[in-house]
Amino acid sequence: MTPRRILLGFLLCVLAAALSPAAARADYLVADLSKRRIDITLGFAGAEVLLFGATDGQGDVVVIVRGPNQPVIVRHKERIAGIWINWHWAEFSRAPAFYYVASSKPLDEIAGESVLAGIGAGLTNVRTTVASASQDVDTTAFRQALVGAKESESLYGTGPGDVTFLAGRLFRTTVSFPANVAPGPYDIEIYLVRDGHVERGERRTLFITKVGLSAAVYERAHENAALYGLVAVAIALMAGWLGAIGLRKV
Amino acid sequence: MQIYLPIAEVSVDIFLLLGVGTAVGFLSSLFGVGGGFLATPLLIFLGVPPPVAVATQANQIVGASLSGAIAHWRRGNVDFVMAGVLLAGGLVGSTIGVLLFKLLKTHGQIDVVILVSYVVFLGGIGGLMLWESIRSFVRLRREPASRVKLHQHIWLHGLPLKVRFRKSKLYISVFLPLGLGFVVGLLAALMGVGGGFIMVPAMIYILGMPTAMVIGTSLLQIIFVAVNVTILQSISTHTVDLMLAVVLLAGGMLGARIGARIGTNLRGEQVRILLALIVVAVCANLAFELVTRPATPYTLQVVAAP
Repeated sequence: MTPRRILLGFLLCVLAAALSPAAARADYLVADLSKRRIDITLGFAGAEVLLFGATDGQGDVVVIVRGPNQPVIVRHKERIAGIWINWHWAEFSRAPAFYYVASSKPLDEIAGESVLAGIGAGLTNVRTTVASASQDVDTTAFRQALVGAKESESLYGTGPGDVTFLAGRLFRTTVSFPANVAPGPYDIEIYLVRDGHVERGERRTLFITKVGLSAAVYERAHENAALYGLVAVAIALMAGWLGAIGLRKV
Repeated sequence: MQIYLPIAEVSVDIFLLLGVGTAVGFLSSLFGVGGGFLATPLLIFLGVPPPVAVATQANQIVGASLSGAIAHWRRGNVDFVMAGVLLAGGLVGSTIGVLLFKLLKTHGQIDVVILVSYVVFLGGIGGLMLWESIRSFVRLRREPASRVKLHQHIWLHGLPLKVRFRKSKLYISVFLPLGLGFVVGLLAALMGVGGGFIMVPAMIYILGMPTAMVIGTSLLQIIFVAVNVTILQSISTHTVDLMLAVVLLAGGMLGARIGARIGTNLRGEQVRILLALIVVAVCANLAFELVTRPATPYTLQVVAAP
């Protein structure tokens, strides 16, 4: 298994670096991902990425993964004249498609709320921007609803204690992406927090991209829309005709 | 087994999708309706975003209706003249419907008006159909020998410009099917449905066409409506998922076979009772959703990136 061997080699390098005299600096942090790209193929059913790194042994590690920002509208149903209909709404001009925060301890044990808010750690600190909303609306409730709905789709989540230390210096965590994950660049931030203060921060980018047939279909649909529509109709007519030939034998 | 849908951007179990396709093919070949009323909510339930579900099932309906229409045409059950007249009315109606939809949408709260009118409409049609077909079913059982009239004549049939529809055994004013096509096209555009649901009962009860002839003729004109929707959606919203469509079409072939086999063994009034039951069930489900407290009052809509 070549990838595993590469990973092992890297871990050994990290370990060597961590143990070297240069690592005596108090704010030492290195981290990397087991892969930089996730391919969405026809059989894509979610993926996992291993994040690993090393510190100088003191402090806690917080890992934040954010998907590409998307505009989202949240609507609230109310009972009007006996029927439930969408009434109030709030439009967020941007909210991350995916959000996951893993840490070596529960977040509130690592740092104070202002520090957590500063790095955007925790479901209450997911960065969203309200673009507009219907009148007299408390947008915080809509924000909570947005986070709750994303959580139920496994697109938002937290992993307190999911960053585990090995020999006190090496750390690792696994990030899981569900099958309904949006393609795009994913920002991964790794923070070293000590005594309630952020000492160091690292950033990595993971690309989730459609490849092969999925990518081809998507590109045709957007670049040659009229032709794509005609091809779709032609395929449907062909299938319908084939189905009719089959019917004759019934 | 999961399959990734490139436009919907989700992975869905391929066998569940084949099942949805089969159900649509079955309904379509048995009743002459598009089946979108069933496919769209099922696909949304499986995690396909609503715009993709609506646009893609229109593409499947093209195939499902064609198989059904060919099968009925072989048995001589397609009235091309009638389909042409209905389609002419339908094109004008749906064009005005799309404009009206845009106009109403800018004034907000159009969704609920549509939904409520849909429930009232479907409930009315379904209830009447059920009542009528049960009555004729019972009457037929009681006195099987008596000759049943082809259809009732109403004042609408007597409008000027009478045309003979030989296949349907009708001699009625051309304004009647033309107007029907117009109204159904208008409603279809407003409600986002193919209109087979409204068209089939209207052809049976208002035009007085024989049930066997109605299904093939309705399917023929649905093909054109669905082709139009598929191409328009591809160009304007990019929401037709070819991968999803292919899987649904494959399921649809199987469903159409089953539907055609069952259909040949059913009599007109039996088909009408079954269709009426489905219409009433769909209507009851919609009404139920409207009046019961939702599991969560909030809904999320990710706006497609431009």
